[in-house]
Amino acid sequence: MTTDFDRGWQRNKTGLGVWEHRAKVAIAGYGYSELDRRWDGVSLDRTIGAFQVDAMEKAIADAGLTAADIDGLMVCPEAAGDSWAQADRGMNRPYFDPPYDTEDGLSYTTAEWLIAEFARRGTPLSNLKYIDGKAPYIGPEMGKAAQAVGDGLAKNLIMTYNMGNVEGRYHLEEGIYSPSGRQWSAPWGWMTSAMMQHAFVFLQYCTKYGGSRDNLAPFVINQRRNGLMTPWSFYTQHEPYQITVEDYLDARPVAWPVTILDSDRPVQHAAAFLFTTADRAKDMKQKPIYVLSHAQMTRPSRSTMGTIEDHEAATEDLVKILYDGAGVTAKDLDVFNPYDGFAVFTQTYLEAFQWHDVKRGEAFDFYKGDIRVEGPHPFNSSGGNLGNGRTRTAMYTDSIEQLRGIAGPRQIRLKAETAACGQVTPTSNGHIYLSTVAD
Amino acid sequence: MPKTIPQPDEVSKPFWDFVDQQKLTLQYCTACSRYQYPVRAQCYDCGKADNLTWKEVQGKGHILETMVVHDTRVVRRKIDVPFNVALVSLDEAPYINFLSNLPGTTAHEAPQGAPVELIFEPLEGAPGRFIHEWRVTK
Ligand SMILES: [Zn+2]
Repeated sequence: MTTDFDRGWQRNKTGLGVWEHRAKVAIAGYGYSELDRRWDGVSLDRTIGAFQVDAMEKAIADAGLTAADIDGLMVCPEAAGDSWAQADRGMNRPYFDPPYDTEDGLSYTTAEWLIAEFARRGTPLSNLKYIDGKAPYIGPEMGKAAQAVGDGLAKNLIMTYNMGNVEGRYHLEEGIYSPSGRQWSAPWGWMTSAMMQHAFVFLQYCTKYGGSRDNLAPFVINQRRNGLMTPWSFYTQHEPYQITVEDYLDARPVAWPVTILDSDRPVQHAAAFLFTTADRAKDMKQKPIYVLSHAQMTRPSRSTMGTIEDHEAATEDLVKILYDGAGVTAKDLDVFNPYDGFAVFTQTYLEAFQWHDVKRGEAFDFYKGDIRVEGPHPFNSSGGNLGNGRTRTAMYTDSIEQLRGIAGPRQIRLKAETAACGQVTPTSNGHIYLSTVAD
Repeated sequence: MPKTIPQPDEVSKPFWDFVDQQKLTLQYCTACSRYQYPVRAQCYDCGKADNLTWKEVQGKGHILETMVVHDTRVVRRKIDVPFNVALVSLDEAPYINFLSNLPGTTAHEAPQGAPVELIFEPLEGAPGRFIHEWRVTK
């Protein structure tokens, strides 16, 4: 079995041209679990592991396959989101009978745990030839899955990702000393989070192009609106009402200009995607969604913080790799689901992708227009993390639903043949370009 | 403003020793002619450690932008909220930037783009130790 595939698979520099597997790989199935605000600490059918197996079973069935048809498994084993970390609590968690006798399946899931759980359910993944149990987070993981199938490492590959969340307040940075990387930031009250880095760049954006946080209101409100059209979103389930401009302007500041309403709400959720070859996908149950390209970007800051110039340059390179790989230009992109967890950096992506001809400095004007899914500029039809809760996968599941034409009330009224989506921040992300048309 | 106390490591110890002498001394790669901050084991540009030296800089800078922390996970700073966190660029090498709480400037009142000057604050709970800070030039 192959377990190591970390040898330059990334498409992370310009000049690579058209992806060698363009339209030779397809997403033939997808699935997602239910969504909870957090795990309650007792319900063993609602753990992150159980949710992940549910999502995988749905994705396999969606493609018309069974567990025995799966020969590839790709898992991001890191504790994603806010999980029960002993370092945060200073105490051990009480465990349960197997399979919940360790953290595995509770605050993270490994490939081994998922394989054991499929076997325990009586549907073993009995024909695995390729296992990647150390995949990165969902942004680059999608590209890695597509590359693995294109490279012939697996024929029917199930790829899965989760975001977990448990009770209480966590990630406190306690003590009076700041070691390692924290010595350069924590003394001044800088939190380990994307929030503050992106607050700086957002303020630079406003200085460079004009405008303020107030200009994000229509975007954030529309994200909530799209999330409220998603039956399983956190907001549909628990806060089924729209927010107003006043709500947004008066929101509790965390690291001003970033407020609680610019931040995504942690949730417990998992999704899975079935990647296969284009040839196989044509004979499967669903309309194939071809992968035309993927791209990754990791660009560490030169100094303490990255600047707007760094973020603009990184996203422009990213988009060039992605578009060149697919052999497309901005005008070819129909469905666009860039990341929004935090609201303050989504414009960096929008302007780099030049979706609907939005150029640098034009995002605030664009947000003022009609960006509803029914309208002429159906921006971020998923509702993103802000509209659904911090799934990090809603952008992908929505893109697939849009291209299949099954997005329900969120279905855009314009042509939906191509989609681009990705995760996470402008200087650290992976993106994928999808199409219903192979040529 | 009880800042947390930076814990030097092997690579960063010279930097903090200079700070305790109230000098801002940055890594400088003689091959690339570039300053480097925060301290790293290798040069950001050439990836080599061989040509990294230490070079004192003048304490003049400008505020790029300032955010205001209202809620923090850094427990020692909770009593300070709301407080400024500015990003300050160094005049003689503007690609170098520092965090600052802008002591003396009220939260939400930091002037964007204003000149700042280097000061050294004693660290509470670490006698003899200091930390580099910036205040708006009068
Ligand atoms: Zn160098």
